[in-house]
Amino acid sequence: MIFSAVVDVMPKAGISDPQGQAIERALPGLGFEGFDHVRVGRRIELTLEASDEATAAEAVRTACDRILANPVIEEYRITLVRLAAAAKAGGA
Amino acid sequence: MSARVGVVVFPGSNCEQDVVHAVRFLGGEAAYVWHHSTDLTGFDAIVLPGGFSYGDYLRAGAVAGRSPVVEALGEFVARGGLVLGSCNGFQILCEAQLLPGVLMRNECLQYRCQSTHLLVENVETPFTRGLRPGQVLTMPISHGEGKYHADADTLVALRKRNLVVLRYATADGQVTKAANPNGSVDNIAGIVSEDGNVLGLMPHPERAAEAALGGTDGLLILQSLLGSLVEDGTFLKR
Repeated sequence: MIFSAVVDVMPKAGISDPQGQAIERALPGLGFEGFDHVRVGRRIELTLEASDEATAAEAVRTACDRILANPVIEEYRITLVRLAAAAKAGGA
Repeated sequence: MSARVGVVVFPGSNCEQDVVHAVRFLGGEAAYVWHHSTDLTGFDAIVLPGGFSYGDYLRAGAVAGRSPVVEALGEFVARGGLVLGSCNGFQILCEAQLLPGVLMRNECLQYRCQSTHLLVENVETPFTRGLRPGQVLTMPISHGEGKYHADADTLVALRKRNLVVLRYATADGQVTKAANPNGSVDNIAGIVSEDGNVLGLMPHPERAAEAALGGTDGLLILQSLLGSLVEDGTFLKR
């Protein structure tokens, strides 16, 4: 099965986020009032082939723990969607 | 016979030539090590140089921190090899968890390319044995992600075990907020591992290796490193 995974990586609560603060400060000057708690993260999209959803979820979690997120300062959220039954066979 | 230093080259490294030049100037043997290499038996010390390995994609040092050569560093250190990571090299060592903590985006959000003064806190390491306690070094930094961060437990351990080697300071050695170019906690500019074999620092010792270019304090660190590898004509570590 083919799965689509979207990983949202955000700074952990309490981690200084000067980018988010800079954006939050800039918004009122552009006419956006009342925008608070701006935080900036990273979104990673990928597809993967796996035998079932549990295996796919485990593989993405492992990738997050090992490289996609830095556990010292980041946390992640995975959204997994099944795309197709199987990979199309290549060739004629 | 002299100490043999391997300088790793990742795609995007840009300080390796200056490191090799400085090591050879001091009489050490230096060679480039491609990041795919896992055989480090020919070296006494490995340097992870500055640069923008993998374009700092994902996170600075994130991809390089999982390179074959970095995976081989654990075993290299276990058999007595020394490792020095400067700037991107420090980021890589933290991503590889060979050193604790992480280097984050500078608090001011600016890239900082400037000379810094560094208070030497620990002269018991192989990298600082040639220095005096409380000595102030001058070395340049050049980074956008140099803010050292670690959780509270790690910071307590760093302090308790005297693992902070260099702190950003004023010219006369005062550790102040104004002297901190990137918001690093406790003005931390460089730390050493528990066993003392791995040093990570954000400043560039190889860029303070020529009087004509502003200073030679970086040579003091490299000289301490080379001196720790050769004593009375025999090698301490191989």
